[in-house]
Amino acid sequence: MAEYRSYPYDVLVIGAGGAGLRAAIEAASTGLKVGVVCKSLLGKAHTVMAEGGVAAALANVDDRDNWRVHFADTMRGGQYLNNSRMAELHAKEAPDRVRELESWGALFDRTKDGRILQRNFGGHRYPRLAHVGDRTGLEMIRTLQDHGIHSGMEVHMECTVLSLLLDSGRVSGAFGYDREKGHFMLWPAKAVVLATGGIGRAFKITSNSWEYTGDGDALAYRAGAELLDMEFVQFHPTGMVWPISVRGILVTEGVRGEGGVLRNSEGKRFMFDDIPDNYKEQTADTEDEGWRYTIGDKNARRPPELLTRDHVARCINREVKAGRGSPHGGVYLDIAWIKQHIKNAPEHIKRKLPSMYHQFKELAGIDITKEPMEVGPTTHYMMGGIRVDGDSQMSTVPGLFAAGEVAAGLHGANRLGGNSLSDLIVFGQRAGHFAAEFAKHNDAIAIDAEQVQSAAAASITPFERGPAGENPYQIQYDLQDSMQDLVGIVRTEDEMQRALGVIDELRTRAARVGIAGNRQYNNGWHTAMDLDNMLLVSEAITRAALLRKESRGAQFREDFPDKDPEWGKYNIVVLRGAGGEMRVEKREIQPMSAELKGIIEEMK
Amino acid sequence: MATQAMFRIWRGDASGGEFRDYTTPVEEGMVVLDAVHRVQARLAPDMAVRWNCKAGKCGSCSAEINGMPKLMCMTRLSDLNLDMPVVIEPMHAFPPIRDLVTDVSWNFRVKKSIKKFRPRAPDAEDGSWRMQQADVERVQEFRKCIECFLCQDVCHVLREHHKHEEFIGPRFLVYAAALEMHPLDIEDRVTDLKNKHNIGYCNITTCCRQVCPEFITITENAIIPLKERVVDRFFDPLKQLLHIL
Repeated sequence: MAEYRSYPYDVLVIGAGGAGLRAAIEAASTGLKVGVVCKSLLGKAHTVMAEGGVAAALANVDDRDNWRVHFADTMRGGQYLNNSRMAELHAKEAPDRVRELESWGALFDRTKDGRILQRNFGGHRYPRLAHVGDRTGLEMIRTLQDHGIHSGMEVHMECTVLSLLLDSGRVSGAFGYDREKGHFMLWPAKAVVLATGGIGRAFKITSNSWEYTGDGDALAYRAGAELLDMEFVQFHPTGMVWPISVRGILVTEGVRGEGGVLRNSEGKRFMFDDIPDNYKEQTADTEDEGWRYTIGDKNARRPPELLTRDHVARCINREVKAGRGSPHGGVYLDIAWIKQHIKNAPEHIKRKLPSMYHQFKELAGIDITKEPMEVGPTTHYMMGGIRVDGDSQMSTVPGLFAAGEVAAGLHGANRLGGNSLSDLIVFGQRAGHFAAEFAKHNDAIAIDAEQVQSAAAASITPFERGPAGENPYQIQYDLQDSMQDLVGIVRTEDEMQRALGVIDELRTRAARVGIAGNRQYNNGWHTAMDLDNMLLVSEAITRAALLRKESRGAQFREDFPDKDPEWGKYNIVVLRGAGGEMRVEKREIQPMSAELKGIIEEMK
Repeated sequence: MATQAMFRIWRGDASGGEFRDYTTPVEEGMVVLDAVHRVQARLAPDMAVRWNCKAGKCGSCSAEINGMPKLMCMTRLSDLNLDMPVVIEPMHAFPPIRDLVTDVSWNFRVKKSIKKFRPRAPDAEDGSWRMQQADVERVQEFRKCIECFLCQDVCHVLREHHKHEEFIGPRFLVYAAALEMHPLDIEDRVTDLKNKHNIGYCNITTCCRQVCPEFITITENAIIPLKERVVDRFFDPLKQLLHIL
């Protein structure tokens, strides 16, 4: 019998990025007992990596902006597969959530009249992103962290959750271990909020940190929840491509928002060559018009570099494949050129994009105020995830909530930059509120000792096999290689079928994984425990992508290169069948209210 | 660049440990954390390493490389002499947990002991405030902090004299400065800084400022102005005289 420590809560939040912390703050404000479990130290979650800003129609810079425009932009960007209720709530509530951060100490950059400054970003009609240089995520997570530690929540840092526990179909808590000592931990809870982020570590080239192993998706799926839109993985157009060891690290879209342009090896701004029909009216015709937009001319339209991420990523891919790429297999992103228009351009760039300046200087030896950057697509964000109710964020499992990247719906087939930070605080707040309500109105639950013991026993089998077993790191690398090559930015039936075969093989190998040493801070063991989750989400992504026989948003099928209006009526749901097999189903899109339909028509 | 390099990594836990040598292939553009990951994946799968973003933004992979406190993810191999073994140790100012991982939980307790942000009443009816960029920038410098705790690691008050129970260290003096100089904050932390957080222990050797990976001017911009506020309140002879009168 495994021994464990027990920490009971009313509401348990798993994950301490923006969404998790916001949920915990909200739940704790009701006076309930709230626990937070996170894989890293507090304040290190992937939210710190967010750079460009948080989208909210504050209308501080352009008074034509309002929630209706933000809603329409989000739906257009998501190719209308979004949960329209979530897109509505998000657009309406984001401004309040941003102002609330300021009341908790966040210090955004300012307009001349002292209000929160907003910048341009891809797919947003007006300057909409509140920001702090290019370290907006750090500002947000630190604000939530510093506010949260005084809110009464208890934080369990560096803990991994192995499984969710159920009591008659309702969630009853979570079981896992602390990474530092390797002790087993039980967290009984009346309601659980999953805020575990994304899945980027299933791919080789990614902007995501090690934590992004799809834990929340996998935990929820095994507990019986439905996953949604799993085929939509966002490849951010601009990641670093050189040196190899930093390949994939994000280069913020803010570079393009501040006037950065994309060029191929012939020096051509290739984004002008391919502007999708539904964006033609909003996009500049000439380089001059694009620049005027950048500096705030309200009569000018956006430069094509600020088209949606899915499109820009594919255009870069096309240039590289056509032999017009940069030496290390990317294209050029040039911000230094703005010196033609701006005095003191180097100082301006350093002030607006300090982290980018620092990152290229330190890691690549490149001065971005003088030279162009080499960039290429990198796995960045998961639009899909746990299917939730748009208002409450509850999954299909009673008492189990999800918020942030791990939840699906808001972004549809493609997320707009800046909409993830706003997603975190809008739906983090909602999940926290409704989880607390659920905990208040439902009785205590029982912990099933058998579920706990079987999770504990399964987790320590790698030690029994010892170093002779399979190497967990190697299995992870092999999965990343396969997902990158076979289920990446350009997909085909054949390659994805092969990917399913590889995933099967890797699952067999993962069952034979062996670990040396003991349970105390053992990275090998931690990696082994992540494998099942990564394999599960990889399979879900691949199966959903196979079923959707069209190209839309982030999914590009070379064998079905066009958008199919018929497929525009459906989301894809992934769930566990009665026999334990993975089921993938078409599900009609949730109907949209007449008011929202009207807004979309009006802004088409 | 050499194609192989040797890394001398401390392996052990609270009860003690030793340096072990690992040789691994290296390539152009690699950082120390890449090499450590290679060692971990191929030669020492159970080696404990704390890391997260691998882009200098989260402050998790702090260590001492050839005796210098650094982020492993931001230290390029091309800046090191690879003819000699690269020595990698955990931070010294915190108790070891295992290998390169230390127990930094003290820092999180310290933060909680500092009075939280308290804003003045909003300036506008919609509950928002007006602030000028120039006023915000001063504090934004401090808010760049990624909490890597390298400044705490080199602070002799902590590292040599182990005054963890009395002194909050440079990281939290910067944190206190960010609150004290925040344009909206109306809380008073000056008495605490003197009596509870013992800012007087700092004698401004500037070691902390020199290791900050975010180039925060810790001593000149944060600590000295706070010391001035303490001096102003408690040690200004004119004010004391007025107080007596």
